[in-house]
Amino acid sequence: MTRGIPQKTDPIWITTGIVTGLYLVFLVLLLGATATHSAPSDLLRALGSREIRYAFGLSLLTCTLSSLLSLLLAVPVGYFLSRARFPGKNWLDAALDVPIVLPPMVVGLCLLILFQTPLGHAVEKILPFTYTIPGVILAQCVIGAAFAVRTMRGTFDHLSQRPEDVAMTLGCSRATAFCKVTLPAARRGMFAAASIAWARSLGEFGPILVFAGATRLRTEVLPTSVWLELSVGNLEAAIAVSLLMVGLAILVLASVRFSGERL
Amino acid sequence: MIQLDQIAWKAGSFAFHNLSFTVPQRAYAVLTGPTGQGKTSLLEILCGLRHPSHGRVLLNGSDVSHLPPGARNIGYVPQDAALFPTLTVRKQLAFALELRKRPAAEIQARVDALAAALSITPLLQRKPDGLSGGERQRVALGRALAARPAFLLLDEPLSALDDDTREGLLELLQEIHRSEPVTVLHVTHHREEARRLATFRLHLHNGVIAPC
Repeated sequence: MTRGIPQKTDPIWITTGIVTGLYLVFLVLLLGATATHSAPSDLLRALGSREIRYAFGLSLLTCTLSSLLSLLLAVPVGYFLSRARFPGKNWLDAALDVPIVLPPMVVGLCLLILFQTPLGHAVEKILPFTYTIPGVILAQCVIGAAFAVRTMRGTFDHLSQRPEDVAMTLGCSRATAFCKVTLPAARRGMFAAASIAWARSLGEFGPILVFAGATRLRTEVLPTSVWLELSVGNLEAAIAVSLLMVGLAILVLASVRFSGERL
Repeated sequence: MIQLDQIAWKAGSFAFHNLSFTVPQRAYAVLTGPTGQGKTSLLEILCGLRHPSHGRVLLNGSDVSHLPPGARNIGYVPQDAALFPTLTVRKQLAFALELRKRPAAEIQARVDALAAALSITPLLQRKPDGLSGGERQRVALGRALAARPAFLLLDEPLSALDDDTREGLLELLQEIHRSEPVTVLHVTHHREEARRLATFRLHLHNGVIAPC
């Protein structure tokens, strides 16, 4: 019935355009209201506190380490899921998404319980995790890695296996073909996977609170700061940290987009 | 000499049972047959990329059925060329020689000679993105020939090319067969290609292969 009507006046484009516009306006209002709630001088003063500077440094450190660990896990797992053919593959694929769908607090609780088992005690004798900085990294990694695995699996799915096959006829083993041909071609996906894991880790709160605690100047990361500052009624500091995290998230988003064109 | 002996293999809707054929040494064999009959799978079995449930692959009389693809002395050019996406054309041509740790001077000489023979010298510093279909096939041919394989397997290398490019590559393949000591198995469903190139013809239909 719409034949002959130019695309720009088609009701579906008008409707979907309005919905998109409203959603965008909502996001801008959300961030705009937060950004303009307090005076910039109050925000800067809040960011200068020793606790928040510590949380900022710890967040950068733990997010970077957890995203690298997530990538180390995601590359082989993503490759295995993409290339290997075996019975029950769909079940394994679904199982690896469990950290994404579990409530964050439950992830933290599961970690806490795991480290109360004999295996957990044995591990903690070598490297303590519960209520420590390695615990923060592990809690971030559990969820960040699930997102990184999904990204790497998608990356390998989009890369043809045929160049690897040809490399094998030229003298490579499967592993050498992977390292020389597939891995360099997957660098954009690897950057995206690490960035997504980093961004997820930055916002992680529930598992860290339960498993690593919220001790100031010890296991306090930026989301913990927001919660701690809110709980004592210091709204300016909570807003300042929130805006800092929004800035970091936008930076990561922009770098992923930029890398899509440059890598 | 390329021999498949009593090969059995099944995938999806088609299957081979006791499939055998022999391509004489130094022949330019062309394998024809309708699409979806398993011609590509046969090449992949020869390369060692797929493993038949039964039967043997013999190259110059030696059973290579259990050898990995890289130990079969085969150059393989798949239909889509399958160039390595991040390597320059020079690195693609040098790939097999670098794996064999040949001296740098020998690699450079071989790459330069191949590039000249294939008329791709101006492309040596370029990556696959932006190469035309004909250029990609020439690079894939050079990559397959670099380590001087005894066997060259070509999977519909001319199928996606325009008439002029196809004509140029037909002449190039004839020249390669004249100048390189290589036994060729070329898969196609174009009768004209088969007529121009073949010194030996095979036809695959309904899982049965026969000289024609």
